[in-house]
Amino acid sequence: MTQDELRTAFLEELTSVAPDIAAEDVGGNDHLQDDLELDSMDVLNLVTALHERLGVDIPEADYTRIETLDKAVAYLAERLG
Amino acid sequence: MGVFKMPSLGADMDDGKLIEWLVAPGDTVTRGDVVAVVETQKGAIEIEIFEDGVVERIDAALGGTFPVGAPLAVIRGAGAPQDVAASPQPAPAPKVKPAPPIPAPPSVAAKSGDFRASPAARARAAELGIDLSNVSGTGPEAAIVLADVDRAAPGSRKPAKQGLDLDAMRTAIAAAMTRSKHEIPHYYLEHEIDLQTADDWLRARNADRPPEGRILMGTLFVKAMALAAAKVTGMNGQYVDGVFQSSQTVNAGVAVALRGGGLIAPALMDAAALPLDQVMAAMRDLVKRARTGRLKGSEMTDGTITLSSLGETGVDGMTAVIYPPQVAIVAFGTPRPVPRVVDGAVLARLCAHVTLAADHRVSDGRRGAKFLKEIDTLLQSPEDL
Repeated sequence: MTQDELRTAFLEELTSVAPDIAAEDVGGNDHLQDDLELDSMDVLNLVTALHERLGVDIPEADYTRIETLDKAVAYLAERLG
Repeated sequence: MGVFKMPSLGADMDDGKLIEWLVAPGDTVTRGDVVAVVETQKGAIEIEIFEDGVVERIDAALGGTFPVGAPLAVIRGAGAPQDVAASPQPAPAPKVKPAPPIPAPPSVAAKSGDFRASPAARARAAELGIDLSNVSGTGPEAAIVLADVDRAAPGSRKPAKQGLDLDAMRTAIAAAMTRSKHEIPHYYLEHEIDLQTADDWLRARNADRPPEGRILMGTLFVKAMALAAAKVTGMNGQYVDGVFQSSQTVNAGVAVALRGGGLIAPALMDAAALPLDQVMAAMRDLVKRARTGRLKGSEMTDGTITLSSLGETGVDGMTAVIYPPQVAIVAFGTPRPVPRVVDGAVLARLCAHVTLAADHRVSDGRRGAKFLKEIDTLLQSPEDL
């Protein structure tokens, strides 16, 4: 998958978990919890959705590596590469 | 033969707008089935039926706004003969458009506080500084209802967002919390709970599992609170008409904060009896439906105690306001590593401030302390939850 495809996939799952967030409003450096106000349940639902969609099982120890859109795209590319 | 009526989904509800029928005449219904969807200040709520039978007749038209208690449909009980000569009971006229406002007679208006007005409308009017004598009522017998006060309020209201009108929800929260602070003599107890053991156990447990099998610290909080509430009396139930009714099951209200403002605390039914995995699944489901505005009526009304958790990135603690008619609410602060004396040595341990607000009409501090200590004890053995 290209970086753009990963970005799209992440944003689609993020806005599915948090339907009141618009994809175009999410900045690359916005922090999922501090800026976008996701709680621990939202983060777990996002990780679950990414597992189902991409087959990448993100352990709890790696949650900080997907805490922003830019970090998540880099992390997912690394895991899939 | 039973009449299915517009239910009250909270002390602050005046009426509801019927937006969906999920049954038609001739359908068989079973107690607990969702039969209609009603739009309230707290979003769209799925309304369940509380008897078995067959839908004889639908009286209420879609799009209509009906006051609490208004007949919506007729249900023929199981085994009852068909109502051949259907009684020509007229269907209630839906209040799609508010009736022309009936001006209050001056003689009535002169007497302050002598208007027919719902409690929620009075609370809203007091909050906004609106004189009810200047408000036209559109409720039964020209009573002033919440919508009338809102119409009379200065300033325009923001449009609804994703099916939830956050301004309306704020009004509902204001009414419920004002009532709580008026009626309930709260007392508060605080306790620091060591969560290091629970956290270690949780990390080890989740490390072996894919995301869909993981559970959250909040799940342990809900289960521990539910077990403690089932054991220590005076915390679990509802205070109705001057009497505390203890509940056999623990229906744990789980406070869910909505982005953009707004808070809703649907009940997780019989939480004490569920294994952790099921508590977690039920929490996922509740949070999802709270965010999309599809909760059930019973989840709005049958809570027996509430838990509010400040999450992983919040502050240390909160003294919460009891959600009437419940008599207790437990707030978990954000867990943090703190220096703590364990067996004579100072260690860094993950701890959280846990605060109980309870109703002095039902319990006192000694019982409340027992309850908080029980939650603490349960969280020290997470594998037994």
